[in-house]
Amino acid sequence: MNRIDKRFKELKRQKRKAFIAYICAGDPDLATTRQLVLGLEKAGVDIVELGVPFSDPLADGPTIQQASQRALKNNVNLPKIFSMIKGLRQETQIPLVLMTYYNPVYHYGVKRFVKDAKAAGADGVIVPDLVPEEAGELTAACTRHGFDPIFLAAPTSTTERIKLISRASKGFIYYVSLTGVTGARKKLPAHITDHIRKIKRITKKPVCIGFGISTPAQVRQLSSFCDGVIVGSAIVNKAKACLPNKSAIPARVEAFVKGLIRGGLR
Amino acid sequence: MKPDKRGYFGGFGGKYVPETLMAALKELEGEYTRARKDKRFKKRLDYYLKEYAGRPTPLYFAENLTKVLGGAKIYLKREDLCHTGAHKINNTLGQALLAVNMGKKRIIAETGAGQHGVATATVAALFGLECDVYMGEEDIERQSLNVLRMKLLGTRVIPVSSGSKTLKDATNEAIRDWVTNVCTTYYIIGSVVGPHPYPMMVRDFQAVIGKETKAQIKVLGERVPNYLVACVGGGSNSIGLFHPYFDSKAKFIGVEAAGLSIKSGKHAATLVKGKAGVLHGSKSYLLQDKDGQIKIAHSISAGLDYPGVGPEHSYYKSVGRAKYVAITDKEALAGFKLLSEKEGIIPALESAHAIAYLKKLAPKTSKREVIVACLSGRGDKDIDIVKEML
Repeated sequence: MNRIDKRFKELKRQKRKAFIAYICAGDPDLATTRQLVLGLEKAGVDIVELGVPFSDPLADGPTIQQASQRALKNNVNLPKIFSMIKGLRQETQIPLVLMTYYNPVYHYGVKRFVKDAKAAGADGVIVPDLVPEEAGELTAACTRHGFDPIFLAAPTSTTERIKLISRASKGFIYYVSLTGVTGARKKLPAHITDHIRKIKRITKKPVCIGFGISTPAQVRQLSSFCDGVIVGSAIVNKAKACLPNKSAIPARVEAFVKGLIRGGLR
Repeated sequence: MKPDKRGYFGGFGGKYVPETLMAALKELEGEYTRARKDKRFKKRLDYYLKEYAGRPTPLYFAENLTKVLGGAKIYLKREDLCHTGAHKINNTLGQALLAVNMGKKRIIAETGAGQHGVATATVAALFGLECDVYMGEEDIERQSLNVLRMKLLGTRVIPVSSGSKTLKDATNEAIRDWVTNVCTTYYIIGSVVGPHPYPMMVRDFQAVIGKETKAQIKVLGERVPNYLVACVGGGSNSIGLFHPYFDSKAKFIGVEAAGLSIKSGKHAATLVKGKAGVLHGSKSYLLQDKDGQIKIAHSISAGLDYPGVGPEHSYYKSVGRAKYVAITDKEALAGFKLLSEKEGIIPALESAHAIAYLKKLAPKTSKREVIVACLSGRGDKDIDIVKEML
């Protein structure tokens, strides 16, 4: 059993929901990212999503666009991120999921990407511009290497598409809370509960909600009816607020995330 | 040719978009498939193309240019004489009619040179739709005439300050808007790019260029042209000219922008120098670095300043159906001057790339041969840039 499945099994036993944190690898540098992952684990995070920066992140709002630009300025790329993950695996067994766009993966070579990511110690991948129909090569390589392809479902997904996504997705299903790009929102749409209920009728796989979540109240509300929540931009904003004092980032973010978890997670 | 069911031309195309958009793409595919077979839709579109956009555009024998270059007879397909000054209106009329059929009240678009933006703003005014156009800050500066035109037409021009500040990032922002407002908004893509069905649909709307050429050239007493030449940014005017000739012996030549020079790295010659990848919804050739990050393109012409290209062009390249070449900023300016002085036609800088290539091609051809070049747009919008350079 891989780290993601194991984590969800433990969570189920403990009757807890997952807290998934997104950070952009290399923002502001890879040494900080490594410390951040460890800080997030201490804060009680269950799964870390590591963003692999891309020049044209069209599913992301300004926060993650800018984080990607900061990382790309340092020439962060897949080989460097893999080597950081290898180092991290000496210290932690927290499930790590890569999040990137299809072009960096395609350019690296899809099979080679899955093989190297798995060998480095990553557990799965989320590609927001890749739907199951276009993911044949990726899912085949993932199956071969025991790596989890995690697909997204959206408020506009039809029942037929949710079935397709549920079949293709391993680890968990990433439900996008709203029609839009990533970024902290004060208000989230009212119909999320109905959508989650619909997905839950179709699949037994864990369903986690992301996009827009930034406050303990939102975490509390959403985690009452799904299997986990994903917070990205709010965390990236916290880290950015520490700049240029990089060394302050891990502790500051740890405290913020601890607040979200203790104050909200079911 | 038609793309396969999944929207692929050979190995290129597809639907590489966030899940949120998949339902909208399916809806659009259905609507377009219906419209394609619907005689009333065709009649309506033909009406607007003729009475509003001024089609058919002339196929003009450029006698002076032919003489100066001393080779094949050169004909110019005068898309610059379309209403709004470029071929872009052929596509926006078609897509706006679809948007109206689908009950959408708001349309959005990306624009580089502003020609597609103006063509979109125009149909928005015509059909009473709300319209927002995304345009890079650098392009807003260098194509200010078109910005003013869009505003006069009642469109909001939204400046894009991220990344390249040109067409690539304007497209990113338009897609982000679409993901956000997908339920109420129709996205009019301006070239044969994006996810399926856009490349096929935009091509079909632009194929009027090649269809008219076919009919007109017969009337002029010529056979199938030996060469078809057109500039390629995303590739809509070129595909529009080429497509109806796919099964003929006509040689296709797509002219990309070599910017400062191919060697300098500051160019937009995607098919000449790029590699296969995925951007803005489809798999196609791209300018990218060793890590798969998209490179910033460069061209004096805002409409060609794009690091991607339509998937059907990638297919044409992969099977050798078309040849792709590149013309530098400097050569394009010389082409701009040549056509202005010899024919009294001021071309858009985009189209000037195709004209500039004629200088290389025509002298090597025989007088019995025929070249048709697409004059995709007129050059009024470019006089500020040209003023500085000439």
